[in-house]
Amino acid sequence: MTPEVSVALAAEHGLSPEEFERICTLLGRTPTYTELGIFSVMWSEHCSYKSSRVHLKQLPTSGPRVIQGPGENAGVVDIGDGDALIFKMESHNHPSFIEPYQGAATGVGGILRDVFTMGARPIACLDSLRFGRPDHPRTPHLIEGVVAGIAGYGNAFGVPTIGGDVAFDASYDGNILVNAMAVGIAPRDRIFLGCASGVGNPVLYIGAKTGRDGIHGATMASAEFDDESDAKRPTVQVGDPFTEKLLLEACLELMATDVLVGIQDMGAAGLTSSSVEMAGRAGSGLELDLDRVPRRETGMTPYELMLSESQERMLLVAQAGRESEVLALCDKWDIDAAVVGRVTESGKIVVTSGGEVVAAIPIAPLVEGLKYERPMARPEWQSRVQTLELPPPPADLGQALLAVLGSPSVASKEWVWRQYDHMVGDRTVVRPGSDAAVVRIIGSAKGVAATSGCNSRFCYLDPYEGAKLAVAEAYRNLSATGAEPLAVTDCLNFGNPERPEIMWQFAEAVRGIADACRALETPVVSGNVSLYNETDGQAIQPTPMIGMVGLLVRADRSVTQPFKAGQQEIALLGTNSDEIGGTEYLYVVHGRTAGRPPRIDLAREAAVGRAARELGQAGLIASAHDCSEGGLAVALAECCITGKLPIGATIELGDPMRGDLLLFSEAPSRIVISYPAAAAEQVQAIAERNQAPLQRLGTTGDHRLIIRSAGEPLVDLALAELISVYCNGFRRVVEGAA
Amino acid sequence: MNFAILRFPGSNCDFDALHVLTSVVPGATARFAWHKETELGSCDAVVVPGGFSYGDYLRAGAMAAHSPILGAVRAFAERGGPVLGICNGFQILCEAGLLDGVLVRNASLRFECRDVHLVVEGRPTHWTAAIPAGRILKMPIAHAEGRYLHAEIDVLEREGRVLFRYADAAGGVDAAANPNGSTNNIAGVASRRGNVVGLMPHPERAAEAILGSSDGRLLFESLVARGGRV
Repeated sequence: MTPEVSVALAAEHGLSPEEFERICTLLGRTPTYTELGIFSVMWSEHCSYKSSRVHLKQLPTSGPRVIQGPGENAGVVDIGDGDALIFKMESHNHPSFIEPYQGAATGVGGILRDVFTMGARPIACLDSLRFGRPDHPRTPHLIEGVVAGIAGYGNAFGVPTIGGDVAFDASYDGNILVNAMAVGIAPRDRIFLGCASGVGNPVLYIGAKTGRDGIHGATMASAEFDDESDAKRPTVQVGDPFTEKLLLEACLELMATDVLVGIQDMGAAGLTSSSVEMAGRAGSGLELDLDRVPRRETGMTPYELMLSESQERMLLVAQAGRESEVLALCDKWDIDAAVVGRVTESGKIVVTSGGEVVAAIPIAPLVEGLKYERPMARPEWQSRVQTLELPPPPADLGQALLAVLGSPSVASKEWVWRQYDHMVGDRTVVRPGSDAAVVRIIGSAKGVAATSGCNSRFCYLDPYEGAKLAVAEAYRNLSATGAEPLAVTDCLNFGNPERPEIMWQFAEAVRGIADACRALETPVVSGNVSLYNETDGQAIQPTPMIGMVGLLVRADRSVTQPFKAGQQEIALLGTNSDEIGGTEYLYVVHGRTAGRPPRIDLAREAAVGRAARELGQAGLIASAHDCSEGGLAVALAECCITGKLPIGATIELGDPMRGDLLLFSEAPSRIVISYPAAAAEQVQAIAERNQAPLQRLGTTGDHRLIIRSAGEPLVDLALAELISVYCNGFRRVVEGAA
Repeated sequence: MNFAILRFPGSNCDFDALHVLTSVVPGATARFAWHKETELGSCDAVVVPGGFSYGDYLRAGAMAAHSPILGAVRAFAERGGPVLGICNGFQILCEAGLLDGVLVRNASLRFECRDVHLVVEGRPTHWTAAIPAGRILKMPIAHAEGRYLHAEIDVLEREGRVLFRYADAAGGVDAAANPNGSTNNIAGVASRRGNVVGLMPHPERAAEAILGSSDGRLLFESLVARGGRV
């Protein structure tokens, strides 16, 4: 029984009465049930970016290395020698909360397809995860499931998961974040686009069969959660990494021929969005015959076939007359393939089933979608949370350091990345756990560094400054390894955009990303927006996740964070400050999330980054580690304890400020470096040449971390104590106290 | 020495092995052998690489053990040809009966990816003859099902067929150095005849200094140096 299409049914599909009215006007009639389904997914927030588009325009998207900016399946940058990097980050938040294993697994599968659909073999994945309070009853189960799902999919597919980050905040109690990023490499002259051109060309479906899973996933991702969200479990897709692997190899072999015209994966909104978007980019039309779609369930209706989000499927357009080549290759890899339609010049998508037309919709309004300028308002509480009355310093700064270092957001994430195969592919030069991970380019001396993350506490206190800081930190992570930052992919996670304060947060964050990316010359080439991350009116902290890739001329000179030997000099690129607002210290030791994020001077950030890169690639420094969560004290502690052998340090500071502020301020544009004394002069010269301040901090050696300021002892701790809290701080959240 | 590297649809260390045997190990050449083939073609040695052969949704390697190409590998091994199974390749060779024992889920119940140390011992084989007994090798592991069990472990031990044991950096073999709960810390074993060898750690991921270790090369070099003889 096909339901009767009405305003009420449209509302159940997440379409407002005005939107329904617009559909009727566009078609000159009431839509069929299948058409209503198609409109509802194409016009969902997830697919249409209807609330965010007006703001995203601000982002810088071009640059000398950019081959493909936003609008395709992923972004593409030129890395020289005929190679291109293809990368993108995407959220899978809502499904991962409902069904953590499959939600996270299919998030990885989706982002991998976005990358290999453009012709790239994936060479790295990163995952930035956000969970609620560590002691929330649901948190351990969610971590276990998400990590296992990422591992289960990525490990079997055969992509190394080399980085990302994990952090906790109560605002994620009801809405966790799973942001997956994939990076691939392809010959720069063999990039494939999602374009259905050439009238008469066949449209082929390849990959897994279609089932009823995931119907309306895109719509689910465009609504808030409430008490009934658990009932949405059936809308979460189920992943099959083996089929994805077959699809990858089949696609790459097809792409080595000249048979393909265009290709796109069937992600959110499945067959609907892939066909409509491909035709939209080409300005063509498309006929689809649903009777030919491979399926694994009987009795599926046209509505279900068009909206299914079954995984591991691709839609492609081949040269007319060469269908058999595609079918033969799919047979070699044992995946289903069928000609399901052809390209037309009608400008419409026409869908038939059983010889009947079940949908006929002009493509332009479907892909142009809707564009809202939603009202914005600075939250009335914003000024209040920015006010901070400085708490008195703790009696024992050593204990404070142990508390911050052992905080689950700061402590070692080895428990997580040991479950990820981070070495498959024979490329991993810098493994997870350092500022950025590095994969080499086989057959050359070069390497690619990648990082992803965001300090959402800063974004909550000031979304504009917080977003700038997130870009700057990614830039700094790459620079510390010696990589030249190239470009950004972002994943913008926010609450309900229909609330003016959320929309204000979003607009401010996008403005911050735009300003920082312009100043640091790292254009945004791909990305994703995830809104409605809120439950019962409680939104997450604004989380504009930043993924960034960089290029190393010499991968063998990648610099990592730990000290490498005793009796080496330690110095700071950059300058300390007493800004303490929004720090992990303030949160962990004083229980406050308040104040203003630290100021950032992007010219200074660039100078410090340039100096670090030059020092690293010249082979002058033994280690480099940026100061971020936990400030200088945590950075120094991590330098001491994250190497093969722990190496202590004695630090003499002279900055005239309160000890706790000096230790724990998260002021940006700072990188701790170490080097042999013989290199000191050259280090100084390179810092000066790049206009980066350089401050001598101390010397490596022994088995304690000793930090003094103006002769006064601030911290004096055995490395064993630091190691104990650092190694257990995260693990005890999932495994309980050891 | 010409190596045939088996390629199952879910192999994912196939290109890694190909890279090492074409660009890293002197004197080695390599090509893929597709799982649907029934003949290996001309080759001096066979490598069964890591991955998830046919998805491994049943038991790791269970379906691959019955694939067409495994028939050819079995014949090759029966003629005394050297065969090396790495990770999933080890699982496949055990399932196929070319090696004794079984590999079950890690004691931790989790996938484990990290460097381990191995101590080399046992009788000389094609793949270890050039490595002095007692030598410590550093290589990564990356598996969820690497816990080696054997019904007659004493026989295996007595016959000198345990080739690699998980150890600490100094060669100490104890529970703390055992990443998966394998009986007697066993990481790799040989067939009775010694030509078929399997191990869970990945020598092909430890064949170049830039990746953190080049100890894994010793296995391939051992074979190449002796032209396939023990």
